[in-house]
Amino acid sequence: MGGIASVTMRGFGNGPEPELRSHGKKIGLCLKTEKGLWVMKHIAIGILGAATLGVMASAASASTLDDVKAKGFIQCGVSTGLAGFSAPDDKGDWQGIDADFCRAVAAAVFGDGSKVKFTPLSAKERFTALQSGEIDILSRNTTWTINRDTALGLNFIGVTYYDGQGFMINAKKLPGVNSALQLSGAAVCVQSGTTTELNLADYFKSNKMEYNPVVFEKLEEVNAAYDAGRCDVYTTDQSGLYGIRLTLAAPADHVVLPEIISKEPLGPAVRQGDDQWYHIVKWTYFALLQAEELGITKANVEEMKTSDNPEIKRVLGQEADTKIGTDLGVSNDWVVNIVKAVGNYGELFERNVGSGSPLKIARGINALWTKGGLQYAPPIR
Amino acid sequence: MQEHDMSWVRTEMALAQPAPASVRGMGAWVRTNLVGSVGDAILTIIGIALVAMILPQIINWAFINAQWTGPDRTVCATVAQGGIQSDGWSGACWAFVNAKFGQFMFGTYPIEERWRPIVVAILFVALLVPMLIPRIPRKGLNAILLFLVLPIVSFVLLVGGTFGLPHVETSRWGGLLVTLSLSFVGIAVSLPVGIVLALGRRSKMPIVKMLCIIFIETVRGIPLITVLFMASVMLPLFLPAGVTFDKFLRALIGVSLFAAAYMAEVIRGGLQAIPKGQYEGADSLGLGYWQKMGLIVLPQAVKLVIPGIVNTFIGMFKDTSLVLIISIFDLLGIVKQNFSDANWATPQTARSGLVFAAFVFWLFCFGMSRYSMYTERRLDTGHKR
Repeated sequence: MGGIASVTMRGFGNGPEPELRSHGKKIGLCLKTEKGLWVMKHIAIGILGAATLGVMASAASASTLDDVKAKGFIQCGVSTGLAGFSAPDDKGDWQGIDADFCRAVAAAVFGDGSKVKFTPLSAKERFTALQSGEIDILSRNTTWTINRDTALGLNFIGVTYYDGQGFMINAKKLPGVNSALQLSGAAVCVQSGTTTELNLADYFKSNKMEYNPVVFEKLEEVNAAYDAGRCDVYTTDQSGLYGIRLTLAAPADHVVLPEIISKEPLGPAVRQGDDQWYHIVKWTYFALLQAEELGITKANVEEMKTSDNPEIKRVLGQEADTKIGTDLGVSNDWVVNIVKAVGNYGELFERNVGSGSPLKIARGINALWTKGGLQYAPPIR
Repeated sequence: MQEHDMSWVRTEMALAQPAPASVRGMGAWVRTNLVGSVGDAILTIIGIALVAMILPQIINWAFINAQWTGPDRTVCATVAQGGIQSDGWSGACWAFVNAKFGQFMFGTYPIEERWRPIVVAILFVALLVPMLIPRIPRKGLNAILLFLVLPIVSFVLLVGGTFGLPHVETSRWGGLLVTLSLSFVGIAVSLPVGIVLALGRRSKMPIVKMLCIIFIETVRGIPLITVLFMASVMLPLFLPAGVTFDKFLRALIGVSLFAAAYMAEVIRGGLQAIPKGQYEGADSLGLGYWQKMGLIVLPQAVKLVIPGIVNTFIGMFKDTSLVLIISIFDLLGIVKQNFSDANWATPQTARSGLVFAAFVFWLFCFGMSRYSMYTERRLDTGHKR
């Protein structure tokens, strides 16, 4: 409840005492000062908490875009490690769809995809970090729900990956099973305390099937139990199933069933109340899709600039007197910068989770609308 | 009356004889320890059988079949798993540890700046080793350098932002760097603060006594994980927007205060073991409070509780892994984080990474406990039974 209440208060709050704020800016070098500050903050918190009048800091007065430009980088909240979405590579750089999306926004704003700093966040911390201004974008395989859009004060900008809960079975143990509807009576491995567990119960109940849940607290335990054959079926988000399959002793024996029993639209979110920043992030996503639709890739973006196709020229900001970029608050060649930095949506997908990665996830419903998928961008004009 | 003939008394000592062959050498050791009784013999056989069963497999896995270098998961996966090893292969994936070694040590500390933590580590070892060897003189100077100068130098070097060094945010610190800096600060802060708290709790001044009791009991009453979590999740909501207060510093303060409260109780145990006569003796010599404590009571009390102190240190060293829940990645955290790298996802990756982390933790904890045993022996003044 605390999180929600604080956010509501935040909206109405007056500015903080100027003294506190000016002290805050100086944080950095001297450990002693910081300790002193810590004590002071605690006293301040006590007073603020006791007052319950919601004398909270209002959201930063300057716009997020100005803040980001002033500090010279985007602070991007990612997961603490999820294969294909945000995971550290050998050098410790964050790779994955979620990480690359932040690079795309940085490319749109600065013309340079490397101007991002990543903050790994646990599932519990993620919303606080965005609300408190610690990060500028939350790009952390977060499911878009109405509650998060309204009560938590977030704005989701779109769906960068349509996920859903799926099933994986050992085809050798269960030959002939090619649909989840044949799983009646199966032992199902599932992580406890997740929505996954609830969705599973709903699905089996609504289809009038029996199942034996084999429940574990930790993901590693679930993996080990499934690999050891303690259960017939493993259920979690489909994108996760592909990652888990890589760690099994005989991955070829395991198949992911086609049924998806829940909707998990994953997308980046920003704070409410800053439409300009919301638009920049949102249209960065649409630009990625539009670039794929028009066949603009990392490799051919320079040639495409001289294309005769009026739509390509418009999207790439090559039209005379174009104001598309500047109206958004970025430069007119913003799409060029995005594609140069991370490629189009298709390239981004294939590199991180698709054929170019060990995960080998098929595009499926994440294909463009022109190819039978759900990814659709409004026109850039 | 009889006369004593003194020649019956030997004037020289008999030569020492070697112990009989039945109680010395390997044979005797085996007889007494391994096959002393039927029960012992059975246990020995079971033990040998277990070792014979497990050890070859461990050696096979950890050394013979292990893959030491490689670009990605293919070297650590069988053909069926999408790799190059023959089916049925099982070996440690040290290539994973190898590729991620820099991260395991420094987190995402910028690669071109990693000389800074290395310099700090060298300074730390150079100051710590002479501190630990009793024969080397100038302990006072050494202690000042280690506990006052080194933290300042490390702070300047690691954080940067001054003397032309680029600033490195603490969010980029990780791995062993975080584990060691958290524990070093925790140890260096908790011992003196703990002593002060313990003395305060036994003080005759009511306010001091009450404050110390409140602090100790409050801290001991809350789980560390709660403190870290509150500091990380709740604190930012109360602070004015734009004021971020370094998460690593929050963890440092939390861990240090925590260890201090536990340390205070350990020290208090030692203080209570000192007989009243010692206090009275000091009083009768005309010593003031601090002289009495510093010269008479504390040296005896602290010596008594060395095992408890080291216990707290080791516990704290391992507790640093809890900072994972506020997304600070200590050694264990960064190892687990890297399991999510799809380029290295194989059935062997997690095992190898965890074995590596366990080995590093064991090295440090075992080192600490051996040194504490050595110190106990050195300071032994007749309490040992």
